Amino acid sequence: MSSRVTNARAALLSLALLAAFLGAWEFSARSGGSGGGAALDPEYAALLGAAAAQGGQTGFPMPSEIAARLWELVRDPFYIAGPNDQGIGIQLAYSLARVAAGFLLAAAVAIPLGFLIGMSPLLSAALNPFIQVLRPVSPLAWMPLALYTIKDSSISSIFVIFICSVWPMLLNTAFGVSSTRKEWLNVARTLEAGRLKTAWKVILPAAAPTILTGMRISIGIAWLVIVAAEMLVGGTGIGYWVWNQWNNLSLADIVIAILLIGIVGLLLDRLLGVLARAVAWAE
Amino acid sequence: MARRFANPFDADASLCGCGRTHVPGLACEDLPNAPAQDGTHEYGEIAEQAVLRALYPDDATRRGMLRAVGAGTLFAAINAFFPLGAAREALAQAPGTIEKRDLKIGFIPITCATPIIMAHPMGFYQRHGLNVEVIRTAGWAVIRDRAIAREYDAAHMLSPMPLAMSLGAGVAQPIPFAVAAIENTNGQAITLANKHREKRNPRDWKGFRFAVPFDYSMHNYLLRHYLAEHGIDPDRDVQIRSVPPPEMVANLRADNIDGYLGPDPFNQRAVFDGVGFIHILTKELWDGHPCCAFAVPRSMITDTPNTFHALLRAIVEATGYSQNAANRREVAAAISGQNYLNQPQTVVEQVLTGTFADGLGRVQRVPDRIGFDPFPWHSMAMWIMTQMRRWGQLNRDVDYRQVAEQVFLATDAANAMRALGQAVPATTVQSFTLMGRTFDPANPAPWTERGIRTS
Repeated sequence: MSSRVTNARAALLSLALLAAFLGAWEFSARSGGSGGGAALDPEYAALLGAAAAQGGQTGFPMPSEIAARLWELVRDPFYIAGPNDQGIGIQLAYSLARVAAGFLLAAAVAIPLGFLIGMSPLLSAALNPFIQVLRPVSPLAWMPLALYTIKDSSISSIFVIFICSVWPMLLNTAFGVSSTRKEWLNVARTLEAGRLKTAWKVILPAAAPTILTGMRISIGIAWLVIVAAEMLVGGTGIGYWVWNQWNNLSLADIVIAILLIGIVGLLLDRLLGVLARAVAWAE
Repeated sequence: MARRFANPFDADASLCGCGRTHVPGLACEDLPNAPAQDGTHEYGEIAEQAVLRALYPDDATRRGMLRAVGAGTLFAAINAFFPLGAAREALAQAPGTIEKRDLKIGFIPITCATPIIMAHPMGFYQRHGLNVEVIRTAGWAVIRDRAIAREYDAAHMLSPMPLAMSLGAGVAQPIPFAVAAIENTNGQAITLANKHREKRNPRDWKGFRFAVPFDYSMHNYLLRHYLAEHGIDPDRDVQIRSVPPPEMVANLRADNIDGYLGPDPFNQRAVFDGVGFIHILTKELWDGHPCCAFAVPRSMITDTPNTFHALLRAIVEATGYSQNAANRREVAAAISGQNYLNQPQTVVEQVLTGTFADGLGRVQRVPDRIGFDPFPWHSMAMWIMTQMRRWGQLNRDVDYRQVAEQVFLATDAANAMRALGQAVPATTVQSFTLMGRTFDPANPAPWTERGIRTS
């Protein structure tokens, strides 16, 4: 009961903070901005943006402007008006499809390989240097290499997702597998379970929470990477949409994109959180 | 459809080298003629012209014949032994043999790409039997890699890029690319941040950070030449970075750079947003300089020649249409939308019409701020290569004239221009003047020196 009260109060406080933040933003954007410079020749002023015509610079958009633009975008999210002009829903779908492809590919490679590494100390020691060198490489550094060798921009971005999301899953799987309790393995051995059966019946359930944690980290990384990758190669996707609105210097659209990227990332994380709870075990 | 070529069966018209017939003594302009009636349009006219030219190479003879017997009789007489009607139709059906109709063309969202872009909404590709998708691309390196990977059948490139790629500069190995047509001439500018309003003399620019769109760009070479002519060493005294055009204004606003020699609409956009001012148009440095190119991989020309020629004709026709000052507002409206440039229409219009705010409180009127001329002068390519040599991008001597002839397809462009009734220059090299210095194609060597010594 008391926890529900705390939750309600926390939500109220969150809303109050948001309202105060947006209010301050709106107020400062309204009062700032226009420079109030000398009157310009009307013909000249007509050729400029609204703020520049008053002698200032185009300012930061106000929350009310952003909300209006958001409504405009969300009202019709799935229109297609040519290869370079498609609705925000379609862009998000493209990005999600790429993330799903790269992430599932990475899981298919990382989990079996992680098992091998976790079960064999020799393999673990041998592969460790490679993993440690490749793991911290930024996704964008892979892009030129991928474009050059794969020769397809869409597959290149999937590859970049793959290469960036493979490491947390690999390391977590290996760690989870190697830290399976010795007693349980010994029990399995006394029951004369084969290697495969041990892996499937004992190690996998034991390591599952750790593996899921790795996957949860990976999906977060994959979603981070897709935006950067799409900004670089262009074509479709929410990252490209951000680039395109940057190209038009439309900050309202960029704020909206940040909001949407954050919400989708949150949903992806929650999805894996639910899965993780399903395989969790307590001693 | 208006008749594109003068009627060769007109006794008073003479077949001129420009590909049109005209009345002797008149300059090249359209003559009022009845359009072809059998639906073969300009292809039919080309066929008629070709046959008549072959039969009567001498203009005077042909005119004499026409006067003596009349057009109808002559047509009937020729038709008796040469199926003129069939030839008209055969040539009109030339697009039917196009090997590949569905094409993808990459472009960077700048006004240099105007002909490539506007040919899509305004139907120039369709008219030549092609189904083209124009795809906006995020940067020059990406467009190059996607063109190499053949994801694009053709691409909008900076005119030095196909030269560099063919020479193996800036790529892993030489990849034969060709400039089928130049997109635009002029149309660039040096934009400076507002805080430098008082520093209009380049000699005061030591320590400035400049952006250019790409290392292999006219922008880079023009900026370097401009600085060098004012006693600034472009490698030591200033920093020149390669920044994708759309990111230039954002960097200028963030005070990350002091200025840029960039493509429009981003010079005009800086003014529109009150971030910078236009210091000088590149037209003032070299009037008529090439900027962007319509580039195709060599293999496309050999693998799908009919597609290539249809595409080239579409581009050349679109270029001619864009050049006409009367069409500029219409073109601006067609390309400024979300699907293409994604810019405020007034910004694009100011660039194309040349009536623009310069950021210093004046409205300037420069109708030839940007021009559209498809002819790929070999002398342009030669100058570009001297600059690659001059600034250390090319570390060996090459035969400039020979490479220019291989990469800049002046003959193909000239044929397309002639077929569409545009005036074609008689030569492919000419000398020109940059900031008071003459570039002589017969003697390009002085331009490879860091400090030029021309007489």
